[in-house]
Amino acid sequence: MSLGERVYVGEVLRGLLITIRHLLRNIFAMKDMPTVQYPEEKPRYSDRFRGRHRLMKRDDGSPRCVACMMCSTACPADCIHITAAEHPDPTIEKYPERFDIDLLRCVYCGLCEEACPCDAIRMDTGIYEIVADAREKFFVDKDFLLNDETRGTL
Amino acid sequence: MMELVVATLLKIVFMLVLVIGLIPVLVWAERKGSAFIQDRTGPNRASVAGIRLGGLVHPIADVVKLLFKEDVRPDGVHGFLYALAPFVVFFVALVTYAVIPFGDYLEVGGRQIPLVVADLNVGILYVFAIASLGTYGIVMAGWASNNKYAFLGALRSTSQMISYEISMGLAIMGLLLIFQSLRLTEIVSGQGDLIWGFLPKWGVVIQPLGALLFITAIFAETNRTPFDLPEGESEIVAGYHLEYSSMKFALFFMAEYANMVIGAALIATLFFGGWNIPWLSRQTITAGADTLLPLVLGLQAVVSGVIAWLFFRRAVRERGKFGDARDREPGLLGGFFAVVGALSLASFALAPWRVGPAGASLFATLLQVGAFVGKVVFFCWFFVWVRWTLPRFRYDQLMSLGWKVMLPLALANLVITAVGVAIV
Repeated sequence: MSLGERVYVGEVLRGLLITIRHLLRNIFAMKDMPTVQYPEEKPRYSDRFRGRHRLMKRDDGSPRCVACMMCSTACPADCIHITAAEHPDPTIEKYPERFDIDLLRCVYCGLCEEACPCDAIRMDTGIYEIVADAREKFFVDKDFLLNDETRGTL
Repeated sequence: MMELVVATLLKIVFMLVLVIGLIPVLVWAERKGSAFIQDRTGPNRASVAGIRLGGLVHPIADVVKLLFKEDVRPDGVHGFLYALAPFVVFFVALVTYAVIPFGDYLEVGGRQIPLVVADLNVGILYVFAIASLGTYGIVMAGWASNNKYAFLGALRSTSQMISYEISMGLAIMGLLLIFQSLRLTEIVSGQGDLIWGFLPKWGVVIQPLGALLFITAIFAETNRTPFDLPEGESEIVAGYHLEYSSMKFALFFMAEYANMVIGAALIATLFFGGWNIPWLSRQTITAGADTLLPLVLGLQAVVSGVIAWLFFRRAVRERGKFGDARDREPGLLGGFFAVVGALSLASFALAPWRVGPAGASLFATLLQVGAFVGKVVFFCWFFVWVRWTLPRFRYDQLMSLGWKVMLPLALANLVITAVGVAIV
């Protein structure tokens, strides 16, 4: 440190100047403040942002998932639980009887999407506010993941 | 006798209103100021009928919350001392104001009432004696909480107070030598003189080093950043008030802000001329009241008018921006300032340029009290400003600054001043 810095007083004054500059700029140009007024203004995320999961459907409305367990195997948080059952259509081997995700355990890593061989699970809903007033409500099932329209509130 | 009692009571009420009234404003200034310094918008959510007033509603919400919160009392505390500590701290923070002069005198019916609650001839010693009593409250709180973090916080506070009280006392010694009095009223009126006919004889002009040391020591005394070691949430959770909740915690909190106001008042009184307005002595004000009063009123009208115009312009520009009661806010504020401006203009009907001697005296008093309050508010803001600029000292840094830097400097300052006074 130079002598000027060791005396400290000058540096304190410099610091004070910096903070007062920020204060004045934010008072007189409040529009330029980077803060987002959250509940009224929502942040805009990139299209690649991973939001809450959804399950894709076939043309006939049944889930595209074939219960191969790839996603639940790849999942590092162990939050996907699938119960497989035999599909009536002989061209399709299996279908998920139950498909549950524990949203509280999910770390939103996107490995389930990567692992899925038939593009059945996606995290492209753009939903990042996931709210519920009870723990159990975060345990969502197949029906919810296929058809949900609540945009976040469970 | 009766008059004396009434006058003293009124002065006490004025000081209490100033101090306690400044606390919520300071809380607001601290939160909003810190936010703006850090490029955030700060508190703006609490509202009364949708009107938010930029976070000014938050202090009210805070008070209501603290009053109705459950008063948790942990097992194992020392009951009596635990309950007593916040009151000691708050009481001590409030009684120091007694000796601070907030104006010259008020002339009522030919009698001059000095504007200080108690004009002690050992005024400054009283302030230091009482201010260091605050440590007892803190130690009591830390010990009675039966919590090691709280106790550590209390201990740090004590050693810090002892270290910095010495430099604080020595820092003002030079000032006392120059004004040759411990009486705060005399120190303040002495600062009304001019050196060489143009430089105000303020403490900061004749004792710059003393002023710097005193301001630094006051920061340590009031436990404000960069000297807020009794708290230090990162290393000792929250310090001495860790086990306190609801109104008891609020008392500690209010005491900190009350201490800040007294610190600001002391800095203003000792080193920045107290109620003195530079180059405008009382004689000048009373003699020129017939031009000064319309000038002040006119300035007030113009400033409020400009502020009102800015708010109205914003109200028109941002009409329907939010679609709720908030849209009425700029208009409401603009209306308030417009009323203030209109009142200032309306007072011209009373012919302020023909003010009598009694009116002139009252005007001078009001102007000086206004100057004092303005200085206090500025230094309160200075406390907030420094808090959000400087990081907290490490404990050994604090100690070496206090003992190895400030104490020798204060002693050197004293010796140089003493030699100077002896020669002159």
